[in-house]
Amino acid sequence: MNTSTEQKFETVIGLEVHLQFKTKTKIFCGCANAFGHKPNTQTCPVCLGLPGTLPVLNKTALDYAIKVALALNATVSSYIKFDRKNYYYPDLPKGYQISQFDKPIARDGFIMIPKDGKEKRIRIHRAHLEEDAGKIIHDSNVKASLVDYNRTGTPLMEIVTEPDLRSPQEAYDYLTTLKLILKYLDVSDCDMEKGSLRCDANVSVRPIGETTLRTKTELKNMNSFKAVKTALEYEEARHAQVYLSGGTIVQESRLWNEEKQMSIVMRTKEEAHDYRYFPEPDLVPFVVTQEEITAIAQTLPEFPDVKINRFKTQYGLNDYDANVLVQDKDVANFFEECAGGYKENKKICNWLTGAVAAEMNSRNSSLKELKVSPQHLTALIAKVEEGVVSNLVAKDILAMMIDSGQSADIIIKEKGLAQVSDDTALEKTLDEILKENPGVVAQIKEGKDSAMGFLVGQAMKKTQGKANPKKIGEMIKRRLLNA
Amino acid sequence: MITKKDVEYIAGLARIHLTEVEIEKLTTNLGGILGYVEQLKKLDVTNVEPTSHALPVQNVFRPDIVKPSLTQDEALRIAPQKHDGAFKVPQVIE
Amino acid sequence: MNLNELTAHEILDLIKDGKTNPADVYLSVVNAVKEKDPHVKAYVRTCHDNPDLASAKTNAAFPIPTTNKDNICINGNETTCSSKILTGFKPPYDATVIKKLKSAGATFVGNANMDEFAFGSSTENSCFGPSRNPWNLNCVPGGSSGGSAAAVASHQTIWALGSDTGGSIRQPASFCGVVGVKPTYGRVSRYGLIAFASSLDQIGPITKDVTDAALLLNIISGYDEMDSTSINRPVPDYTKALTGDVKGLRIGIPKEFFIKGLDPEVKKSIEDAIEVLKGKGATFKEVSLPHSEYSVATYYILATAEASSNLARFDGVRFGLRKQPNTLRKSPIVDMFEETRDIGFGPETKRRIMLGTYSLSSGYYDAYYLRAQKVRTLIKSDFDKVFTECDAILGPTAPTTAFKIGEKSDDPLSMYLSDIYTIAVNLAGIPAMSLPCGFSKAGLPIGLQIICKNFGEETMLRIAHAYEQATDWHKRKASAV
Ligand SMILES: [Mg+2]
Ligand SMILES: [Zn+2]
Repeated sequence: MNTSTEQKFETVIGLEVHLQFKTKTKIFCGCANAFGHKPNTQTCPVCLGLPGTLPVLNKTALDYAIKVALALNATVSSYIKFDRKNYYYPDLPKGYQISQFDKPIARDGFIMIPKDGKEKRIRIHRAHLEEDAGKIIHDSNVKASLVDYNRTGTPLMEIVTEPDLRSPQEAYDYLTTLKLILKYLDVSDCDMEKGSLRCDANVSVRPIGETTLRTKTELKNMNSFKAVKTALEYEEARHAQVYLSGGTIVQESRLWNEEKQMSIVMRTKEEAHDYRYFPEPDLVPFVVTQEEITAIAQTLPEFPDVKINRFKTQYGLNDYDANVLVQDKDVANFFEECAGGYKENKKICNWLTGAVAAEMNSRNSSLKELKVSPQHLTALIAKVEEGVVSNLVAKDILAMMIDSGQSADIIIKEKGLAQVSDDTALEKTLDEILKENPGVVAQIKEGKDSAMGFLVGQAMKKTQGKANPKKIGEMIKRRLLNA
Repeated sequence: MITKKDVEYIAGLARIHLTEVEIEKLTTNLGGILGYVEQLKKLDVTNVEPTSHALPVQNVFRPDIVKPSLTQDEALRIAPQKHDGAFKVPQVIE
Repeated sequence: MNLNELTAHEILDLIKDGKTNPADVYLSVVNAVKEKDPHVKAYVRTCHDNPDLASAKTNAAFPIPTTNKDNICINGNETTCSSKILTGFKPPYDATVIKKLKSAGATFVGNANMDEFAFGSSTENSCFGPSRNPWNLNCVPGGSSGGSAAAVASHQTIWALGSDTGGSIRQPASFCGVVGVKPTYGRVSRYGLIAFASSLDQIGPITKDVTDAALLLNIISGYDEMDSTSINRPVPDYTKALTGDVKGLRIGIPKEFFIKGLDPEVKKSIEDAIEVLKGKGATFKEVSLPHSEYSVATYYILATAEASSNLARFDGVRFGLRKQPNTLRKSPIVDMFEETRDIGFGPETKRRIMLGTYSLSSGYYDAYYLRAQKVRTLIKSDFDKVFTECDAILGPTAPTTAFKIGEKSDDPLSMYLSDIYTIAVNLAGIPAMSLPCGFSKAGLPIGLQIICKNFGEETMLRIAHAYEQATDWHKRKASAV
């Protein structure tokens, strides 16, 4: 990072991601793990923390956590225990969060992020399983706060990096890469707006060449990857400014204010909590065998980086195309199904990243929701290649396929959209055109080839675009030039 | 030895508002109990594993199957204060 | 004959023979409560007027009037742990033991008084005031399940539930001259028991004789999917263990239980009890529990640490008491937390929360909490060793008989030491029980403690039953009411 003066600074960033799992039920009770319901309708005595109630671990939440751990190339602990993290807050029903302190599920992982056309390894310090808290709504009308416990007990995985990120852009790239991996695992919606993926950042800044870490600040309340990047840019500049003016940075938590585009101090470390972690006596320890880990490893999907490489070698796609396809697991799978039955890989890719992506966008739908089958799409592409329909018309047909669920074949027949290739019909049309344009005919006979296009255009007009232009060209040549 | 200042700090952590008299008394009480507990330091516990659970049970799970929740009404019936389907509390200042 | 003075098994026999019916039994208990409880103060609340809890279903297997401790949740029934902070708290669910009792057909008499959150050994730490010992109203009934034991001893119920974290069933059973069982940790579900120390708490029966203890244990035991720490293991019929035969059983007498502080009258009664069992063919040997002298210290670190966290949910947000702050000190929400907890908790509760918070706080964890967990391991392995050569351990339940109300309330440490024989059992997780084995010259009951290895309830009950058959201490009626 460059500042206005001579001194050059380096930014050091570590990220903490909280990921909500999309299990059917909460982590420690049978309440539905559902978003967007009326307040306090997804609660029970357990997740309300009523006296006398006890937690029981959701097996699927642990399996998901192990999946994430493996995807992060981390060591999965064979002995897992939960601990209580004690603090008071109205959204925390029991006065403690069930979390993991000294025996997290995962340790010492890494993921690779793109960096200047190459890759950079970002180390994962640890990842652990815990429960989410409720939501506080600040109601200025009643001069009070309102608490909704629907979210309480949603399974959360906290993923903590080492301070390996060196710029806001790297942080952004890490989040993008991580999100893609997590989407492939299918354990979370990874939707920052809905809060199913949240990110806090620790930032410090030091003069280039310095090897020890300087005081960090913690940034919270960013609600998009873009906001994380902007907040980090703001914060690194702030640190640098403070250092340049001879000041010192105070260790503190700061809230990112999206509206004002600045970070605002939240609380200083002196008031920070003494969490009094101790082993959760209400839950027993969990022992994960190597066999169980192997079994879960076998359910893991092919990860994006591997898939990109395979797409390049197996389907002859270029780097860009392979990357674009792999960004959406469903699109990538769809591509492979198409490519299995139809060999024009580049054309399939173009259709998926072009027309199909456009339909997904305009309809705000996923590929699955569009309900187009790979067979239907390749059949449509084949119609274009065979000259039955033009590219332009085919795009309209795609929209109709999505609306009706019918195949291209049926739509073309029913709507009469096929290009006219029938010789007798075309010969008749051609008769008319040649009669109507004697001047042009003369020019062609004199060898002015370029005039041919005019006649083709006329034919297209008369057939309302259904004629096959290539075929018309051939027929004109045969008639006028005996070719 | 536990001091008055320790007791004040602990009371803050435990979220109990104590009077000056209570703090004095607790400093004495806790000092006495902690003095008694000092005897544990006589024992050599190197290489002894800590016990968190009485019985060595492991791997107790719940299947990921939805059970009925309380209704909003049932959840809020016991609330000291409620408003608009939520538990109402004094303002939380961030 | 007064029906309320019978045991559950006697009542069941009478009902079977058509000589009485559940409604009459319940009524006799209600009348006893009306007559005696103004003196004993065993109950904090009765549920006579709630037909759902007071009337037995026809053909119920166990239509027995049952007393609940005020820390076990009954759906819709105010449950307060004898604490102001739970004023008005009506749980929207049943504890698992209550579910089991309801489906067995039990009826409920009311909630019994206790030390606030089970913090105490005398039932004096109750926001409702102390309960009294039915054998001498100036004495404590013991605690924390003092109300339950006093209700059983004064025949204001047929049987009762208690909870035992460090002796809270056995010590009041001993002080009141009744039978009290602390089952193996995990034998009975804790779901719905308002937690004191999660790794030590167990619910158990307080009854008039050993047969009733076996019957009630039959009803409440078993694996519960709502409690991860309950043990998935079949429940035997405990009444089948009551054969009267103790021939060849090897019983250990820990030398550490017979040291200074043990009342000579108590000591004599235990020695007499040993002779009785010897007469029935049991063999005795001296054993050692070398770390038992550390159990009280270990317990007060671990139990209060867990309690400080378990009691964090009493914050005025979702249920129970809330104090709306008048002036701003820290912030509106923090002031509410702190002032609610200030007025809601009594002095002993505050003391334990403070101690537990301290031992978990930054910088002290290793010196106190972790070290105590390690000593817990040593205490546990003392028992393991003894049980390789013994089927049971026998000794006093408490070092003295019931003490006077107010006698120890200003000295928390001496109060804690009254649990010296019971606490190690909870640290080890093993089952233990107390049953009457004599009376002091002052007419106060003395309790005999039997301790077995994990899931040794059958052996334990068999020894107790054999002793009970040979004596008639359990037939004496409390004299003060
Ligand atoms: Mg976290
Ligand atoms: Zn729930």
